[in-house]
Amino acid sequence: MTPTVRRRKFAPTKRAGNGSRPARRPLAKAPTGIPGLDEITNGGLPRGRPTLVCGGAGCGKTLLAMEFLVRGALEYDEPGVFMSFEETTDDLVENAQSLGFDLQRLSARRRLVLDHVQLEREKHMESGEYDLEGLFIRLGHAIETIHAKRVVLDTIEVLFSGLSDKFIVRAELARLFRWLKAKRVTAIVTGEREGERLTRHGLEEFVSDCVILLDQRVMEQSATRRLRILKYRGSAHGGNEMPFLIDDHGLSVLPITSLGLTHQASTAHLSSGVTGLDAMFGKKGYFRGNSVLVSGTAGTGKSSVASHFVEAACRRGERCLYFAFEESAGQITRNMRSIGIDLEPWTRRDLLRVHAQRPTALGLEAHLVAMHRLIDDWKPRVVVVDPVTNMAAVGSEIEVRAMLARLIDFMKLRQITALFTSLTEGGTTAERTDLGVSSLMDVWMLLGNPEANGERNRTLQIVKARGMAHSNQVREFVMTDHGVTLVDISRRADGSVAIGSARDAQESGRSDDPKPSRRRKVE
Amino acid sequence: MKNGARRRWRLRLYVAGQTPKSITALANLKRLCDSHLAGRYSIEVVDLLEKPQLARRDDIVVIPTLVRQLPPPIRKIIGDLSNVERVLVGLDVVPRDVEK
Repeated sequence: MTPTVRRRKFAPTKRAGNGSRPARRPLAKAPTGIPGLDEITNGGLPRGRPTLVCGGAGCGKTLLAMEFLVRGALEYDEPGVFMSFEETTDDLVENAQSLGFDLQRLSARRRLVLDHVQLEREKHMESGEYDLEGLFIRLGHAIETIHAKRVVLDTIEVLFSGLSDKFIVRAELARLFRWLKAKRVTAIVTGEREGERLTRHGLEEFVSDCVILLDQRVMEQSATRRLRILKYRGSAHGGNEMPFLIDDHGLSVLPITSLGLTHQASTAHLSSGVTGLDAMFGKKGYFRGNSVLVSGTAGTGKSSVASHFVEAACRRGERCLYFAFEESAGQITRNMRSIGIDLEPWTRRDLLRVHAQRPTALGLEAHLVAMHRLIDDWKPRVVVVDPVTNMAAVGSEIEVRAMLARLIDFMKLRQITALFTSLTEGGTTAERTDLGVSSLMDVWMLLGNPEANGERNRTLQIVKARGMAHSNQVREFVMTDHGVTLVDISRRADGSVAIGSARDAQESGRSDDPKPSRRRKVE
Repeated sequence: MKNGARRRWRLRLYVAGQTPKSITALANLKRLCDSHLAGRYSIEVVDLLEKPQLARRDDIVVIPTLVRQLPPPIRKIIGDLSNVERVLVGLDVVPRDVEK
């Protein structure tokens, strides 16, 4: 009976019974080197086995497969063979160049073989029986010459249109997949999606270990690429669609980084930088790694709160990355100088970097990738996104929320404290954030400028602060030429609040007992 | 006919070892050439098991593959060549013979 068991190890075609079997040895994996993809696959593609990558025309199959080979050759010492059934080698070289890959150099160094197979129906006649032994010999020879560990067949479905005998092609493909496994090469086989079918000719029936689906959709003028692991035998994988991007660095997949919300919660405090605000959080400010939302209508001082926070971080010598989606770096610096916050020295000392970009310049996913990349490259301790609501211009509410969730998780894992400003439309209920993102945040402050007695005065209140004692009082938010100061709101005898000049009047009228209500304690 | 008489057929047959299909293909090809192209043809048999590098150089996927190198243009006929009619069309032999 032992032979049966042993055979199963090499061809695990049977399903795991009732789940009571002891866990199998973890699958050996071949890292793709593609940022994000190895995270969502827990280490890469099944080593020594074929993986099917399918999707519609132009979805990025070929590039994914090519990057898998290039990174394999460059980063994992695993040379590869790319057998192309569609694009010529010249086209492949040219397309890879746009990702920054030099295929000619890799070929010259014998780290890569590019082979273009032509099998157009018009170029040959058929007479009698045949098989694909030529393909086996050709691929086998390429593998042996460079000791390849990786193989790409892109897309082998062309065989079905090039040859009339479908029965022979199917039988030979089944043999090819067995042969690839026997060769112990990690392979990517691509297939074109057609309608509801994963691949035009049912390649999925030959590939039992791993199936990845790519997809490209155009929504509101911006193209969004998505990747989904449809199947990964013997390995945990999320079935979620992950956005991915192709740019001059190659592919990047954006996983939901903290699937289990496993990030560490810090108990270290950070000053908000605003006089009087730390006191509202029990004198301490935010927790490190918090995500802070500052929302309010136009002109309520959101950017000022953000800039105070930035300045305080820079004073501590911490790097601070400011994503400005509304104003240029120069504009922010100038505006903040008018209220006494000078950001320029920090920019000069490279403690502050302002990354200003119109939201509409990129799609939502592209923004997320760009932000991930900037954060990973520079490793700031503090990040500001001002304002996050401008993202609504490039995505729906659900998408923006999902993107923010990923961004917040990404930063929490790195213990980065993040401050987001959110512009509330005038006239809407103040507590309603435009994107419904407040539930993602640890701290939420609301800025307002209610009009009363012929003047508008700014106010600040803390709506929530997870894990922190915080004041429930509304404060008056005063912008001076040396920054923002929070002032207690005076209470009149009848319990109503006095704010702005009404407060001044009340306070000056009680010179015997100056600032009566300012003594109120923070609870 | 003068033109036809001067034509020569240079043929190359790709096989992979002595498989039944390869043997059949070569036998079919010889028989066919002897009866239609006697004295005007040459056959080179390439065994890819011995020269695997030629599969890529000559773009061979299917075995057996017959390549008509002359007369131009180059044509490929795949299979064990058991369908004589098709082989003759592929070799550009039939039309003239029909005229005969």
